[in-house]
Amino acid sequence: MSPQTPVPDTKPNPEQVVLAARSVAKSYGNVHALKGVNFDIHQGQVTTLFGENGAGKSTLMKVLSGVIQPTSGEIILDGQPVVFGNAAGARDHGISIIHQELSLAPNLSVRDNIFMGRELHGTAGVDFAEEERQTRKLMEELEEDIDPLTPVEDLRLGQQQIVEIARALSVNSRILIMDEPTSALSASEVEVLFKVIRDLTARGVSIVYISHHLEEALTITDHAVVLRDGNMTAYAPRAEIDLEWIVRNMVGENYDLGSPPGGYEMGEVALSIRNLSVPDASGVDLVRDLSLDVRAGEIVCVYGLMGAGRTELLEAVAGRLAKTGGEIVLEGREVSHLSIGERIARGLALVPEDRQRDGLVQTMSVGQNLSLASIRDFTKGLFTQHRAEKKLIQDSIREVTVKTDGGDASIGSLSGGNQQKVVIGKILATRPRVIMLDEPSRGIDIGAKAEVFRLLAEGAKQGLAVLYSTSEVGECLSIAHRIIVMHKGRVSAVFDSNASKEQIMAASGEAEAA
Amino acid sequence: MSDTTNTQTAKRSTGGFDIARLLLEGRAFFALIVIIAVFSYMSPNYFTTSNFLIMSSHVAIYGLLAIGMLLVILNGGIDLSVGSILALAGVSAGAMMQGIELQALGVILYPPVWAVVVLTCVLGAFVGAVNGVLISIFKVPAFVATLGVMYVARGVALLMTNGLTYNNLAGKAEFGNTGFNWLGFSRIAGIPISVLVLAAAAIIAGLMLSRSAFGRWLYASGGNERAAELSGVPTRRVKIAVYTLSGILSAIAGLVLASQLTSAGPTAGQTYELTAIAAVVIGGAALTGGRGTVRGTMLGAFVIGFLSDGLVIIGVSSYWQTVFTGAVIVLAVLMNSLQYGRGGRKV
Repeated sequence: MSPQTPVPDTKPNPEQVVLAARSVAKSYGNVHALKGVNFDIHQGQVTTLFGENGAGKSTLMKVLSGVIQPTSGEIILDGQPVVFGNAAGARDHGISIIHQELSLAPNLSVRDNIFMGRELHGTAGVDFAEEERQTRKLMEELEEDIDPLTPVEDLRLGQQQIVEIARALSVNSRILIMDEPTSALSASEVEVLFKVIRDLTARGVSIVYISHHLEEALTITDHAVVLRDGNMTAYAPRAEIDLEWIVRNMVGENYDLGSPPGGYEMGEVALSIRNLSVPDASGVDLVRDLSLDVRAGEIVCVYGLMGAGRTELLEAVAGRLAKTGGEIVLEGREVSHLSIGERIARGLALVPEDRQRDGLVQTMSVGQNLSLASIRDFTKGLFTQHRAEKKLIQDSIREVTVKTDGGDASIGSLSGGNQQKVVIGKILATRPRVIMLDEPSRGIDIGAKAEVFRLLAEGAKQGLAVLYSTSEVGECLSIAHRIIVMHKGRVSAVFDSNASKEQIMAASGEAEAA
Repeated sequence: MSDTTNTQTAKRSTGGFDIARLLLEGRAFFALIVIIAVFSYMSPNYFTTSNFLIMSSHVAIYGLLAIGMLLVILNGGIDLSVGSILALAGVSAGAMMQGIELQALGVILYPPVWAVVVLTCVLGAFVGAVNGVLISIFKVPAFVATLGVMYVARGVALLMTNGLTYNNLAGKAEFGNTGFNWLGFSRIAGIPISVLVLAAAAIIAGLMLSRSAFGRWLYASGGNERAAELSGVPTRRVKIAVYTLSGILSAIAGLVLASQLTSAGPTAGQTYELTAIAAVVIGGAALTGGRGTVRGTMLGAFVIGFLSDGLVIIGVSSYWQTVFTGAVIVLAVLMNSLQYGRGGRKV
């Protein structure tokens, strides 16, 4: 472990530390999610909480925001021990939490969302004019040009995040907890958010920040706290730490995502996309006249911002979305007329972006999820063969190293990273020739990410063609033989694995957007 | 690594002995035992073989509808048209037993009973398929589509008979179409045919759900349709098949009921769709789809059937029966939310 692990003082100094947790533990039965954690939130500063999935970050944040009660330990607010009965109790003390999944009503306007549940009452019912005035003022403070009467569903995700923040500010929060606020934002929107955070801290608001995006978090934070397996493993002000320090404390060893696999010959072109166009519901092309090839054994990265058309590209190739033009050729044969199931049978399969919505069947067990796409492989006549299925499931669990009690465990019992491995395992069990992955590393920790990369590298060595979509440049460089940059539905540049981050980002239109 | 904490929270679905859990998961079974025990204590006539067989033949109607409803609910839908399809099937069978007059040829056809049964099932399949196509291809919400079909089917049944009832289904020996009453009255080894039909349907549906690829597709598309689709499951075809099967089972129930009553009326089976839904829910299926078993649904159907017949036997007013049935349904749903509400959450 690292030599410098100064433990927070047992008595927090109320001058600097606005909210503190002391020896907080939380157990569910015999599972200890938190094992006596000390945690300080500094007045007017940003404190970032690092840790892998399942390290206890969310549990700690739920304790601090009153959603759950700790099993033992105490919460100290302004030097005084407090007990929050529930989330509303914490909110009365000025503590707000912005969850990763936004809690806005998409059908209501920005104004109605901000005052939801605590509408201002005038002489004749709700005082909409006053609400609108206050909303406008908040938006000015946040320097966002959003009309208070716009329905939230018409806003971009980044703007919706701003609305969440505005709502937290409108109740005079002095402590704001943000759980993965940038996971859905483009680089330029992240800049806006960081500017808002700096303004907030300048006004004395204290921020707790949680993110898997380590580099990004380092640019904004003042203090770093690392959790591992429910323990606080490290604690330091920003000046004393770097990226390597965080990773080492998070995983206990140094993880390198490595470089693209090499030392073997690539095969023929496995997947060839020719002049593909994919429209959205209103007929505007999200993918325009796009062509690309992936050879057997090659890992091709499609890099681009949110909304560049990457997801639409992959879903059209998989058969989920209809295309208006172009050809999709798999190993020399056109597959555009085939259903999703038939394409999977031919060896073309997609690991979708949103594993909860598109990847997993939550009501089924781990094993049933793993075998779902290959049912025909263990069906003889009318009935499925129990033994053949069991073997397939066990092989899958071993191959993609899912950490689970076994095939009968419920899918909800797995951590995010392991759930993602189940989705990938399900697709690999169909023995694909071409595998497409849409942002597979979203919301999974660095250890799980390394394992996903290992799986892809092993597959590629055996001749699997991989098409990998991501919005993180670092990932492209450590996995891809070739990097295709998408911008507004077109290929804007192609790089090999020697390209620099700056070159790639410039081609994605990131500079232009900022 | 980091994942160990979550893995440990996994609810073990196998092994372990926990009385509260056993009671919760076997609730329909225990409810049935309690019902039988209480009524046996209150009436000497209740706990007799003949009474059980009579009650079971009543349950057969609801049970057949409930199996179809279970398939639909597993798929994440609902089928409000089963009661109307039941009536339409009964009336159609009745009409065929009276003879089909072909005016152009000047002859009257008297199809044999087996042909009547097959044609009626085809009719049920057709109406069910209409439901399925409306829901899967035209994206009409299941509730609305089947509500519409419920009215249309009932209306057609009323039109066919002008609101009257066919009282003579016996057929005539000289036309070679006797035997319709066999379904409702005959017994094999002392067991009513209707009960055997129910048992056969339950076994086939159970095998289909637990052992066939189609069953797995059904659970998957009910649990998460998008994920199932991306895994290559033909979700549209599954949906159409599910409503078609529900239609067929409703038609069979209609035949059995008409045969038991020796009459076929267009107002038969009103509100039976609700009883079928109740049986499925009492049997532990989730209305959100993806969870439920044939065994549970059968228990649910028997709970409802044995409860209402028991109340009749001990002479409780039919108004009270309604109250009791309602209470049982609410209790069942309450337990469902207990069972699924705290399921496999992450820490």
